[in-house]
Amino acid sequence: MATRTEAISPETINPSQRSRSLGSLTIRRLFKQRNAIVGLTILTILLLIAVFSPQIAPYDPELVLIGIEDVGKRESPCIHLLGCPEDQPQHIMGIDGNFRDQFSRVIYGTRVSLFIGFSTIGLAVIIGSLIGAVSGYLGGWADNVIMRFMDVILAFPSFLLAIAIITVLGRGLQNALYAIAVVNIPVFARLMRASVLSLKEQEFVAASRALGASPFRLLFARILPNAAPTLIVQATLSIASAILEAAALSFLGLGAQPPTPEWGTMLGSERNQVFTSPHLVFFPGIAIMITVLAFNLLGDGIRDALDPRLAQTTKS
Amino acid sequence: MSQYVFRRILLAVPVIIGILVVTFTIARLIPGDPCTAALGERATVQACEAFNERMGLDQPLTVQLGIYMRNVLLRGDFGDSIRFSRPVSIMLIERLPVTIELGVAALAIAIAIGVPAGIISAVRRNSTIDVVTMIGANIGVSMPVYWLGLMLAYVFAILLKDTPFWLPPSGRLTAGLLPTPFYEAWGWQLTKDTTAYLISDFISNLAIINSILTFQWNVLQDALRHLILPAVALSTIPMAIIARITRSSMLDVLGREYVRAARAKGVSERQVVLKHALRNAMLPIITVIGLQVGTLFAGAVLTETIFGFSGVGRALFDAITGRDFPVIQAFTVVIAIGYVLVNMLVDLSYAFIDPRIKLQ
Repeated sequence: MATRTEAISPETINPSQRSRSLGSLTIRRLFKQRNAIVGLTILTILLLIAVFSPQIAPYDPELVLIGIEDVGKRESPCIHLLGCPEDQPQHIMGIDGNFRDQFSRVIYGTRVSLFIGFSTIGLAVIIGSLIGAVSGYLGGWADNVIMRFMDVILAFPSFLLAIAIITVLGRGLQNALYAIAVVNIPVFARLMRASVLSLKEQEFVAASRALGASPFRLLFARILPNAAPTLIVQATLSIASAILEAAALSFLGLGAQPPTPEWGTMLGSERNQVFTSPHLVFFPGIAIMITVLAFNLLGDGIRDALDPRLAQTTKS
Repeated sequence: MSQYVFRRILLAVPVIIGILVVTFTIARLIPGDPCTAALGERATVQACEAFNERMGLDQPLTVQLGIYMRNVLLRGDFGDSIRFSRPVSIMLIERLPVTIELGVAALAIAIAIGVPAGIISAVRRNSTIDVVTMIGANIGVSMPVYWLGLMLAYVFAILLKDTPFWLPPSGRLTAGLLPTPFYEAWGWQLTKDTTAYLISDFISNLAIINSILTFQWNVLQDALRHLILPAVALSTIPMAIIARITRSSMLDVLGREYVRAARAKGVSERQVVLKHALRNAMLPIITVIGLQVGTLFAGAVLTETIFGFSGVGRALFDAITGRDFPVIQAFTVVIAIGYVLVNMLVDLSYAFIDPRIKLQ
C-alpha cells in the first residue's frame, strides 16, 4: 500500500519547534545566567576602557608632573566632588611615587592586563591543543611520552614553574608572557587529547575518514568544533588565573618593568609605602580583582550554559 | 589495599624523576657559565677547571644528571648557595618549618571556614546566606593575595593601632625574643651535623610546636599573633575554592536516592547532612584540598615577602633577586616533590574514605 507523505515546507513548522544550533542555544542560555551577565558586562566595560584609554585618562600614564602641576610626591586623592578645593588639580586616585597621575596609570593598565590574558592563553590554547591532538591521534608510545611530560609540568605549582622559567629567560613582560603560556599548555593538551580520543572512533568521524578526509580536515572540521566548548570554558577561566599570575610576577619584579603602567608593577613598587600612602596599593589591587572576577564569572556562566544539567541543579 | 597503596606510590616515582630532569634542564639552560656565576667574573681559568671538576661539570650531561639525582635523592644534597656559600639543605632546615607552619595555619583556616560555608550554602540553596557566600567565594578566588596581605597589614597595624585588635605587620617573632630550642630545654646533648641534631633543629624551628614543647607561653602567644595576618591572607583563595567545591559536591549528593531514603526513614536533617551526605561528598573536597597545597606554596612566596617571614618563599624571592640559582633550583624541587607527595597522600586517603576504591 502506497502512502503519500506530504512534503513539509519550512513555513509550516511551528517557530518554537524549529531546530536551533547548539551555538545559538548556548548563547540564549548564557544570557539567562546571572554570573555570565555580570561577567560579560564588566568585561565589556573593561574592553571599552582599554580601547578608549587615551580619551578617559586625564594624563599620559608616564608623564612626570614635576614642573607641570603643583603636586606632592604620593599625594592623597583629590576629588572635587568630595570637598577637594576647586583650585587644585583633580587626581581621583592620587599621585604616585614618581609624580604621576595614578588614575591614568590604572586606566592604561587595563590594556596591559587584557593583552596579557588574551595573548598568553591564546598561545597556550593553540600550542596545547595541537600537542593534544597529535598525541591523541598518534596514540601508542608517542602519546605516552607526550602526556607523561605534560604530567610533569602539571606536577609543579604553576606559579613556581613560571618563576623558574623566567630565571632562565630573564625578567621582563615578554618573558613573563612566555612563562605563563608554557605553564598553561598541559591543561589544553589534556582536554584536546581527551576530545580526540572520544571522537575519533565515532561514526561521523569514521565516515569522514572513509571519504578520504585528511587528518588535518578531520581535526579542524570534525573534531575541533566538538572540542571547542570545553576549550572555551577552560580558556576563559585560565585567562583569569593568567592575569592574576602575571600581576603577581610583576609584583615580584619579574614581569612588566617600570614605567609600564601594569597593575602588579604599580603595586610592587609602592608596597613599602602602604602604611603612609595606602591609596597607591589599594586601587591597582581593586583593578586586578575586578578584571579577574569578570573572567571567572563569565567562565562559570559559559560552563553552566553549555551543560544544561549543571545549570538546572544550580538554579532550582 | 596494600596493592592499591603500592601502585599509587609507584606512580609517583616517574613524576618525581621527571621533576628532577626538568629542573636540571632549566638550570643548565640558564645563560652564563656556572663557574663565573659561583666564583665571580674574575675567576681564573685554573680556578674554573678545578671548580668544574669538583662539581662534575666536566662530565657529559647524562652523567651530570645522574650525579645530580643521586645527590638529591640519596644524600639530600642540593649544593651550596652562591650568595651565602653554605649548603642549601641547611637553609631548607631553617626555613622550611616557617613555611610549613604558615601553610598549615592557612589551610586550617581555609578548611574550618570553607567547608561549613559550602555545606550551609548547599543545604540552604538560593537563600541569602548562599548568595552571599558564593559572591564572597567568587571575589575570594579573584583577589591578589599580596594585595589582601598589604591591606590587612594596613588595617590591623595602622588603623587599629592602640586597640586590642592591633597585630604586628611583619616578622615572625618580636625582635629580641629568642626562644630556647626544645632539645636544649630538655637537656639533650646533640653533636652538630648529626641526623638527630638536624631533625631536632628542624622541629625546633617550628616556633609554635617548639614553644608548646618548652612551655614558653609568651613565645607561643607572640608567634600566633604574628601568624594571624599572613595566614588569613594566604587562606583566602583556598577557602573560596573549598567552599565552592563543597557546595557543588553536597548539592550533587543531596539529590541522590539514598539521601531521600534516609530522610524517608525519618533520620534527622542534621544526621542526613553530616553523616549521609557529607561523607559521600568528601572525595572531591579532599582532592581539591590537596590541590590547594600548590596554591599555598605559590602564595607563600608572595605572603612571606610582604610579611617579612623568613620562610622558603621569602628565600626564593631573595634568591631570584640575587640570581642565586642553586637555591632557586633546590627550593623548586623540594616544593614540587612536596606537592606530588601531598597529592599522593590524598589519593591514598580515598581508600580509607571510600572502601570501594581499593577493590578496583
